[in-house]
Amino acid sequence: MLDDKTYGELREIAARYPEPRSGLLPMLHLVQSVEGRVTPEGIEACAEILDISAADVSGVATFYTMYKRRPVGDYHVGVCTNTLCAVMGGDLIFERLKGHLDVGNDETTEDGKITLEHVECNAACDYAPVMMVNWEFMDNMTPESAVQLVDDLRAGAEVTSTRGPRVVTWREAERVLAGFPDDLADAGPAAGPASLVGLGIARDRGWSAPHPESDAGDSSTAGSKTEAVEQADTSRAETETKQEEGKE
Amino acid sequence: MTDTLTPVLTDNWGDDRAWTLAAYAARGGYRALDKAFAMAPDAVIEEVKESGLRGRGGAGFPTGMKWGFIPQDNPKPKYLVVNADESEPGTCKDIPLMMASPHTLVEGVIISSYAIRANKAFIYIRGEVLHVVRRVQRAVAEAYAAGHLGTDIHGSGFDLDVVVHAGAGAYICGEETALLEGLEGRRGQPRLRPPFPAVAGLYASPTVINNVESIASVPSIIEHGHGWFGSMGTEKSKGFGIFSLSGHVQRPGQYEAPLGITLRTLIDLAGGVREGHELKFWTPGGSSTPLLTAEHLDVPLDFEGVGAAGSMLGTRALQIFDDTTCVVRATLRWTEFYKHESCGKCTPCREGTWWLVQTLSALEKGQGSEADLDLLLDQCDNILGRSFCALADGAVSPIQSSIQYFRDEYLAHLSNGGCPFDPAAATLFAPEGATA
Repeated sequence: MLDDKTYGELREIAARYPEPRSGLLPMLHLVQSVEGRVTPEGIEACAEILDISAADVSGVATFYTMYKRRPVGDYHVGVCTNTLCAVMGGDLIFERLKGHLDVGNDETTEDGKITLEHVECNAACDYAPVMMVNWEFMDNMTPESAVQLVDDLRAGAEVTSTRGPRVVTWREAERVLAGFPDDLADAGPAAGPASLVGLGIARDRGWSAPHPESDAGDSSTAGSKTEAVEQADTSRAETETKQEEGKE
Repeated sequence: MTDTLTPVLTDNWGDDRAWTLAAYAARGGYRALDKAFAMAPDAVIEEVKESGLRGRGGAGFPTGMKWGFIPQDNPKPKYLVVNADESEPGTCKDIPLMMASPHTLVEGVIISSYAIRANKAFIYIRGEVLHVVRRVQRAVAEAYAAGHLGTDIHGSGFDLDVVVHAGAGAYICGEETALLEGLEGRRGQPRLRPPFPAVAGLYASPTVINNVESIASVPSIIEHGHGWFGSMGTEKSKGFGIFSLSGHVQRPGQYEAPLGITLRTLIDLAGGVREGHELKFWTPGGSSTPLLTAEHLDVPLDFEGVGAAGSMLGTRALQIFDDTTCVVRATLRWTEFYKHESCGKCTPCREGTWWLVQTLSALEKGQGSEADLDLLLDQCDNILGRSFCALADGAVSPIQSSIQYFRDEYLAHLSNGGCPFDPAAATLFAPEGATA
């Protein structure tokens, strides 16, 4: 049974929107965080709060792949097997994990720790092959690092996303998706290495967007733009030189 | 001439704690907001129109024009919805943007909402990216605390509330009307148009739906002007965009450049194709855009150039495959994806993608005959253009284009009695010297 606190939070979600039904997707995320899956009780609760039928709620809950009808392990482990990740090694990783964990797709290990699922493109193709643990990025995986990862998860070792915080449990993750933030936003880097490749090249070669102060809208001003950049560089160089001299 | 790479949206991604309001403000963040508030809303729309910004979510519709379609005499509330449901295979630009600099998006949301006179905006983020959801939640909370959101923002008299909404796993919700259905708490199935969302969108009210990168481009346009923006790019495809290189290149990653850059230049910057191998095929803008080959290396990557080459610029999701990759395997996997993601509303898509998988998987196993290639193309003809939304059209793109360029490879599966490629050779951890 869902407790009063959960009912209160479900109502809180619905109240974020001009029309309460808009809250249904995050409400189902909250149900999963409390129940470990979308339960009949959770469906009834959403239906009651939104004043729609349980069939309507079920229709939604069965449409979206993140909603699970069977209990999910502490860690949902996703392996991208969409074309690019598959070709880069995702298929081999998925095969290795199925054998290592002795589960099929969308099945949970006997100890209840890990649910393995192949997932579709998760928008991290420059880090292929990609895995997700409770929807945190695990970038540039190999079959060996994948096995190590699931062994660590099963052993209860602290696992950190390659571009994020320590991995929380699936239920805790679902609560954040329901719109109740945890305090982990500041963990992890701003960007992973691949996200910064182009920026790094631009910095190395002194490339930038046109200087805003010059009238860049007119191609005839290209020369003055270059001059402006040169001047800027010169003045900065002078300043830095003086600072260096001041230190000595 | 502009520089080869022009970091604007990506410019602060390497900054220390770039995602925080403090870091964003230290670079002049939220300055464009005051400039916008000093303008009339219509003038903001005009500025974005003049800039030539076209939607960065794939379709390339002029952003300012979309805003101009909102009927301001309609008494219903207006809404801005940000499409942050980045799911098109190969596309991976909005996610790092929101992770590194969510305030760029939030500032864009405020300016854009002001322009269309919306007092409520939604950021619909796919649910499968937990840390990105966290960062955007935090940025919105910080923006409220700093007075950039809420009532009478910066003393302008303009009010705006923003709701961060996590999706729940459905590629189709990247389609704008399916996204609205999801945001209304329903199954994500596209709506028949007209009416268009500008007239009857969220809650049947006038609604603008824009991609993350489109909205994130707005603050820089307002701050530096349309002339600055238009000085980058090509005549009809103005400005900068993030180009995402993935797959068999030495340095996959994000490269922000003026529209019109070529793949040859991008691959060169990325250190070339994987050592000892050659480019075989690539997608210009995700799996829904027809495949191109090495003969298209010098095609200008703008809306017109890629269109003239028989494909689409899409989301600039450049998936690079070298000569170790089986194009039939790649195409089959994409087709299985479309079958899985078809929402089931339209019969040609729901049934058609299922049949495509049947025919293709037989061919991939070396079963069937050459006549099955024609059967496959016939199935494509019966799917293309016959559904409410573009998912089905996207599904036939890799099939038609791969048969166009690699018909012999399909036939080789038949004569070989199966796939002639070793999948291990295509992997990132393939042993040195592995060949197809």
